[in-house]
Amino acid sequence: MLGRIRKLIAAGVVGLNNRNRGYIAPHNPRKLYARVDDKVETKRLAIGAGIAVPELYGLIYSVREAKDFAGMVDGRRDFVVKPARGSGGKGILVITDRRRDMYIKGDGHALTAAEVEHHIQNVLGGVYSLGGHPDQAIIEYRVKFDPVFEQVSYRGVPDIRVLVYRGVPAMAMLRLPTRASDGRANLHQGAVGCGIDMLSGVTTLAVCKNRRIAEHPDFGTALGGLAIPGWQELLLLAARCQELAPLGYLGVDMVLDANLGPLVLELNARPGLAIQIANGRGLRGTLNAIDAAAPLPSEPGARVGVLRGFFESLLAH
Amino acid sequence: MKKLHATTLALCLCAAALALAYAKITTLGLPLLPGQLEPVWSIEAKVEFDAARRAAVIDFDIPDRLGDFVRLDEYFISRDYGLNVVTTNRDRRAEWSTRRAQGSQRLYYRIEVVPQTADESADTARARPPKAPAQPIYQEPLASAIQDVLGDVRAESANVFTFVSQTLVKLNAPSPDGNVLVIRDNLDTDSEAWVERLIYVLAGARITARMVRGVMLEDRSANQRLTPWLEIHNGERWAGFDPRTGNRGYPENFLRWSVGSDPVLKLEGGRNANVSFAVSRYAQSLTTVARQRAEANQSWLANTLLFNLPVNTQNLYRVLLMVPLGALVVAFVRTIIGLPTLGTFMPILVAIAFRETELAWGIGLFVLITACGLSLRFYLERLQLLLVPRLASVLTLVILIMLVISLLSSQLGIDKGFSIALFPIVILTMVIEHMSVIWEESGPAAAIKEGTGSLIVAILGYLVMKDEYLTHVMFLFPETLLVLLAVFIVMGRYTGYRLTEVWRFKDIVEDGSARPHS
Repeated sequence: MLGRIRKLIAAGVVGLNNRNRGYIAPHNPRKLYARVDDKVETKRLAIGAGIAVPELYGLIYSVREAKDFAGMVDGRRDFVVKPARGSGGKGILVITDRRRDMYIKGDGHALTAAEVEHHIQNVLGGVYSLGGHPDQAIIEYRVKFDPVFEQVSYRGVPDIRVLVYRGVPAMAMLRLPTRASDGRANLHQGAVGCGIDMLSGVTTLAVCKNRRIAEHPDFGTALGGLAIPGWQELLLLAARCQELAPLGYLGVDMVLDANLGPLVLELNARPGLAIQIANGRGLRGTLNAIDAAAPLPSEPGARVGVLRGFFESLLAH
Repeated sequence: MKKLHATTLALCLCAAALALAYAKITTLGLPLLPGQLEPVWSIEAKVEFDAARRAAVIDFDIPDRLGDFVRLDEYFISRDYGLNVVTTNRDRRAEWSTRRAQGSQRLYYRIEVVPQTADESADTARARPPKAPAQPIYQEPLASAIQDVLGDVRAESANVFTFVSQTLVKLNAPSPDGNVLVIRDNLDTDSEAWVERLIYVLAGARITARMVRGVMLEDRSANQRLTPWLEIHNGERWAGFDPRTGNRGYPENFLRWSVGSDPVLKLEGGRNANVSFAVSRYAQSLTTVARQRAEANQSWLANTLLFNLPVNTQNLYRVLLMVPLGALVVAFVRTIIGLPTLGTFMPILVAIAFRETELAWGIGLFVLITACGLSLRFYLERLQLLLVPRLASVLTLVILIMLVISLLSSQLGIDKGFSIALFPIVILTMVIEHMSVIWEESGPAAAIKEGTGSLIVAILGYLVMKDEYLTHVMFLFPETLLVLLAVFIVMGRYTGYRLTEVWRFKDIVEDGSARPHS
């Protein structure tokens, strides 16, 4: 036990207590949480900054308006319903198709309009929101993910999580939905996380349910060596997101849309630590290096450069 | 800097709590362990006399300053007699009086005492030393005998106390010389007369002496007489001397009853006055004794005891003071072990409910109510109700289930069912809602796992909060809360791994492919 703890410390693994007190408490002012916890606010800020996000079809504020969703999605075959202040991917309803009056869910189940309305009402009541507060429902564009991930994701949309520390992308992973995660890309629900080499944007290791794996649990396809298209662009996008909400310890979730390219899905003020398992290394070394590089440049591209410099100097050794 | 701040604060809190607890233990004798017993001495004085068919007044010396003992209580048992207790600088006397008494009369006085705790027994009174007695004018042959004895001793002694001691040894010698025999005058060395004689002799050296009488505390002794003892003042303080041996000090378990040579009992209007003492010992809870002792001593610390509160409030605090201990369990489980619970303090509220229902019943009720509530929740899901009315329905159902259980158990004659009233229904409702969301989002296994985890934490919390020893300490020493606060401050600054993380992050360091860099 003690030996293992010593090894974890040596590997620079950051634990939850350390994350909360050492990184979130000093770097994430609580008053800024509203900007990232409320996805409507995030979306508004992103649009203002010229960052691409999934198109908003409509917002539902009250139970009375719940049935209005039909009008909002009129003429669209597919859409997503999500709580504005949800956490951990809870309460996201993905409609991939429509048949007569029915809405077809990502898993093939057909829902009536009343069932969709009930889901929206639950969202409004705060069933899925942080702290159970009343919420708003977002109806938005469903991302058509880039075909490069076709072979490694089950139903849902794979996304890319980049951990941005003080504006510098520090670590990243590709999150792939599985049957166990019910098409969602959240690791604690059973999705797969693949570590990404920060310089090349190629996946390295993979983790599922906190354990190292080599192949996708549903398809048996190899998870290492996948090159993520437009990696440099993604890094820059992640670095820019820090300007939307100046949080020092920020998780940026992005998707690669087949038609629209990289979109920012949401920001997270309390990004998890499984990213370390996916990458097979602790965060502390990188975070310390970023601290050492302060004062950090204000231009996002230059901040990505700080990270590149760090990893290149590591390779040189 | 912040670290130093927090550590200093934690240390200060601990120090303050320990200091207060130490003061309480030493001055009030509060026990650290529950259920400890302390012997309480009960001394009963029986005053008997034959009345002479007229008004009778009995004047009886009762203990005032008890020295090594503390009076817990006293009782006067005297039918048909009026009672008046007179306290003077020197002593305390009970005056019983009656207009007309006939035949043999008996009056009782009972006092209950416990040994004094170390700190308070130091005799702080006696600001002014008493005046030394005038040298008596002795008759011959006593005069020369006393002069010889005192002269011999004076050569061998350094101060008043050794002088007295030497004198007593000489006067009690097994093979006395002529002088000693003259002084002894065939007096019984156990008698009051002998002590009077010693005082008389010592006055020849201008030594202040007095007689004290006391009761020997021996369990189940009856018909005891007062034991006379000699007290000497050396200009600073009084000290006791054995009139038979000259040894300094008092016998063990010597309860000072009266000071001075005045008779203990004075009677008007009767004959054959007699007083005898009976002593018995019984055990009483140390906590009770300490409490009474605190009241008797009128220590300011006594005001800090929760016993001063109304009983209802006391009972409330017996529970409330345990809640932070439950919180300690939750904080420990969550930040050091790293297990999730449904809601931060839900397990504590359930644990408090367990106190009322007892563990097995409590667990059964918790599982039953949660299971029924979850079933209803899934049924209501089909009706597609709005959130708050749905929560209200679950809440109502929870109360209905409890009502049914109470009715059933009263039918069956089990009274446990009634105490479930304290079950935190609102919290249970939230638990049900929370579990059902986890059930839908992550499957039944995850929901049951989290529910069971919370139940286990609740059981742990219950065991801690129910612990007899901890309840005792928290109630007698509420300053322990400061220690808990210190523990929380220290725990709040813990940035090490949670135990579950050691397992969770295992693959980073133990996969063989662990790479410290990129």
